[in-house]
Amino acid sequence: MSSSRAVDPWIRRSADPKLDRIMVTPEGVPLNVTIASAGARAGALLLDLVFIQIISTVIALLCQTLAFFFMAGGADFLDMDGPLGFVGIFYFIANFLLLNGYFIYFELGHRSATWGKRLVGIRVASRDGSRLTAEAIIARNIVRSVELFLPLTFLGSAGAGGTSVDLTTWAGFLWVLMFLLFPLFNKDRLRGGDVIAGTWVIQNVKKNLGDIVAPSAARISADGSPAAARYHFSDAELSVYGEYELQTLENVLRSDQEEALEKVATSIRQKIGWEPGSGDERAFLEAYYTALRARLERSMKFGKRRKDKFAPHE
Amino acid sequence: MSTDQALSAAVLRSDRFRLEREADWIRLEDIVSKMEKGKNRRLSDEDVLALPTLYRTLLSSLSIARENSLDAGLIDYLEGLSLRSYFLVYGTQSSFGRWFAGFFGGGWSRAVRAIQLDIWIALSVMIAGAVIGYILVAGDSDWFYALVPGGFSEVRVPGASEEALRGTLFGTEDSDGLGVFAAFLFSNNAQVAILAFALGFAFAIPSILLLIHNMALLGAMLWVFAQRGLTVDFVGWLSIHGTTELFAILLAGAAGIHVGRSIAFPGARSHLKAASDAGKRAALVMAGVIIMLVCAGLLEGFARQLIDNSAGRFGVGGGMLLLWLVYFIGFGRERQRPGA
Repeated sequence: MSSSRAVDPWIRRSADPKLDRIMVTPEGVPLNVTIASAGARAGALLLDLVFIQIISTVIALLCQTLAFFFMAGGADFLDMDGPLGFVGIFYFIANFLLLNGYFIYFELGHRSATWGKRLVGIRVASRDGSRLTAEAIIARNIVRSVELFLPLTFLGSAGAGGTSVDLTTWAGFLWVLMFLLFPLFNKDRLRGGDVIAGTWVIQNVKKNLGDIVAPSAARISADGSPAAARYHFSDAELSVYGEYELQTLENVLRSDQEEALEKVATSIRQKIGWEPGSGDERAFLEAYYTALRARLERSMKFGKRRKDKFAPHE
Repeated sequence: MSTDQALSAAVLRSDRFRLEREADWIRLEDIVSKMEKGKNRRLSDEDVLALPTLYRTLLSSLSIARENSLDAGLIDYLEGLSLRSYFLVYGTQSSFGRWFAGFFGGGWSRAVRAIQLDIWIALSVMIAGAVIGYILVAGDSDWFYALVPGGFSEVRVPGASEEALRGTLFGTEDSDGLGVFAAFLFSNNAQVAILAFALGFAFAIPSILLLIHNMALLGAMLWVFAQRGLTVDFVGWLSIHGTTELFAILLAGAAGIHVGRSIAFPGARSHLKAASDAGKRAALVMAGVIIMLVCAGLLEGFARQLIDNSAGRFGVGGGMLLLWLVYFIGFGRERQRPGA
């Protein structure tokens, strides 16, 4: 699985290659995924806690307003069977659902991500590439009560206890801290809930389909021949570079910045021993790119790949 | 330049490959983007039906591109789109209603039966806890104050009179605010049950301790009432909701033990695989536990206060117990587990 062709070692996919993984779809095609970093996870969690806090404030305000109106309408404050009782019931149930249902509800959706995770750009996925089930979502979020709410309760009680905090409290606190910091101690950044549910959290990808890299190579120029035909590169002139350089050139062409084009054109001309500066840098680079890619792709068909300019010729 | 013209003019074979297929990719990307934004209703039936086909075509395009094209931007795009459409094709697709129907239609009872061994372990732990609580308090009534948190009960303490104790069991409590009380009890008990399950993650030991502690409290309370000859009435008072609530806590503890046991002794599977198998099974049980606790909260808040005699309470409590047992033991047997 890990020796798949999907990952070309010389292509850097993410900022931290240690987080790159392969997930095999049920069709057997390996897909590249990137684990969400611990920082992204923490950021998403903090955002979610803020959202939960906001919703809980809204619920409390709603209950107070309702209670106020009922009391203004003559309801007895102590009569818990009256409308005030329903406000009370609503309050307890709404808070329970908010604390336990928020994560489950959003992770069951199409994007498998809470609001916080969406903002950070991460999502939950099944570790083995199979379907992400409702059971898995429930399992990973039930464990959250131990990982998150228990440490928070401990912090709260430790703060309230002041100096009377005893040894057992601290021992307990360290113990629950272990759960909170669990993701830092494994390479897949799994928290306890992920271990139990068979899930992991990965980064979202959203790439746009760029244009053809070198469109001008095919364009018909004034004299009726393709523009690429203006330049002829010999085998020797094309064999100085490998795939890494081709990709660098692709990036330069895609970003289309005058300065970079000039610089790269100059250095390529120098390398292959051509006269410097013919004026149309872009046309030259596109022609060279097309010729180089055609050559490398041709040898690719025969299973020969050249990593970069330092790789030996076969 | 039209696609056909571009196609014939393209110099590179890998560019021609791309131009031939990009219309399908762009269509798929459009469908995926709409679905991700939750705008499913704006999709035509044709598009929804085309999704799996387009997805598989895309995967084959990706495989070909990886072997034949050196256009890194194109491969990046295909990788990203493949992942996004994979998540939609293999996402959490079942609607909540359908999941719920499957859950009640046998998923839950099958999950409960699957953790039978852990239920027996949890049951024996709970009985042991109650016996320990009873014996400790019987030996030295000071243990009561160690087991039962202060403020939990001012009246129900060792040495309280029969009248005072009987008063806590029958009648005198006014029936105001039963609904609020029920809601409060539910959210409180549910948090305890969730804790009992989640603590199973640490090799089940904390789950077992939690069960013992809660049941020791019950055993101590039982002793207080037994001293005044109110055992039967106390059990009746407890059973009306207790059969459901204790059953739910039993299942939550068993689910925790199940997970903890699988992590400690994974057998032939890897630790992670064993943990996630057990976790998914236990999560189903836990979803049911929450539902049972809603029932228990309603029974405790309303029925206990409204039914004021032991016989009636035993009737309701016993009836509930029978109901759960019949469901767990008998339901959903004939159907096979849906393909996981």
